Amino acid sequence: MSLTILNAVVAVVIAIAFAALNAAYLVWAERRGAGRIQRRPGPNVNGPLGLLQPPADGIKLMTKQLMIPGGADKALFMVAPVLAMAPAITSFVTVPFSDTIVAHSMNIGVLMIFAFASLGALAILFAGWGSRNKYGVMASVRAVSQNISYEIPMLITVITIVMMTGTMNLKEIVAAQSGGIWNWHIVPSLSSPLMPISFLIFFICSLAETNRAPFDLGEAESELVAGFHTEYGSMGFGLFFMGEYANIVIGASLITILFLGGWDCPLGLFPGVWWFLLKIYLLIFSFIWIRWTFPRTTIYGLLNLSWKILIPISLFNLLLTAGLLKVF
Amino acid sequence: MGSYFSEIFLGLKSLVIGLGITAKEFFKPVVTVSYPYETIKMSERYRGHIELIEDEEGKPKCVACGMCQRACPSGCISLASKSVEYEVEVKGEMKTKKKKVLTQYNLNFTTCSLCGQCVESCGFGAITFSKEYNLASSRKEDFHFDLLNRLKERNS
Repeated sequence: MSLTILNAVVAVVIAIAFAALNAAYLVWAERRGAGRIQRRPGPNVNGPLGLLQPPADGIKLMTKQLMIPGGADKALFMVAPVLAMAPAITSFVTVPFSDTIVAHSMNIGVLMIFAFASLGALAILFAGWGSRNKYGVMASVRAVSQNISYEIPMLITVITIVMMTGTMNLKEIVAAQSGGIWNWHIVPSLSSPLMPISFLIFFICSLAETNRAPFDLGEAESELVAGFHTEYGSMGFGLFFMGEYANIVIGASLITILFLGGWDCPLGLFPGVWWFLLKIYLLIFSFIWIRWTFPRTTIYGLLNLSWKILIPISLFNLLLTAGLLKVF
Repeated sequence: MGSYFSEIFLGLKSLVIGLGITAKEFFKPVVTVSYPYETIKMSERYRGHIELIEDEEGKPKCVACGMCQRACPSGCISLASKSVEYEVEVKGEMKTKKKKVLTQYNLNFTTCSLCGQCVESCGFGAITFSKEYNLASSRKEDFHFDLLNRLKERNS
């Protein structure tokens, strides 16, 4: 397939539309889900089931004035929200939704997604630093140390997967798991008996990487006002919000691709994009469920979890898998 | 080493229990009352502002004795009455008697503290607490209730 300019533009437009639509309606889903868990209805006034709430919120955000606080670093302040949103959308380009639906299948898809995902930490740092706000700086320092320490177990787990499949192409990783639930990476196999634990580690790390509760130390509204986006209003705030939810979709897609067999059906029947979507929305629901169940961890608890538990176990799993792959 | 793993397992277990609780709550019915559209019935013991009670003929039971007015620590009740002559048959003869009839019963709800002294002091069971709680206004005149009028409106 030759990549023409037109192809690329169409792919990016579709990716943006998908990401924006998801971001808007995941906010709705989050609020409805939170409502149900707390036994209240959630937004239900605008439209049936409150489905017109996201457009209403969007209009509100877009019509507000974008304020830049005095003494802020203007360039960083303006770049940060864009930097939060753009990598999340770019990552969609290599995500394979099914055998045929993929904007651009790359040989280094996994690497690319992680490269872009680490830019998210930079956006948070820029936002906190640029807005000249003590809460912003504190939050961004926390969030960056969190993102960096959780990237390590995440990448070690990915290396395990890449070792098992021998490819970094997301499509081929899914193809290696096709044929039913017993072929998925979440199921322990002969060469890697600790895969369910790897899945759990990866799941926890994606929660932390997307700055979701219980790891939302970057926002920590009860301690740091609103964390790194304290000074943002209007669409600057909107972009951070959309970036967060787009990252959640990316995280859920990655978990699906790496562990849950992508577009593959559990019983090997009718593989297709619907399975992929079903899996990512179930994962996103579990993200929402977790957010409204657990209280926020402390920064020490958070870093201890990563350095004392997740990294040793994932390293052990990596070595074990490497050894067993050599044996079998 | 053993405590390291048992701590992880205990932690995971408690997390799963927590998730189970929220999952159960998720499927329970919503308890919110969407207030302006639906209201709940107030309990028997709800104490709103006072209200006159009517007798079988639809007239107020009140005999205008003024006990409530005297019992009120905030002085928010004021009533007026007039004497009316009426005839009753006693042992075959008609006799004229006098009685007081309530002409005005005003409650100044802005100073009422809802203590209930008026209801307790009433010897005729003529006043009670209403269950009214939709009382919001930007004008204080709206809280000067004419209870006699309210009774009439209720009956009409």
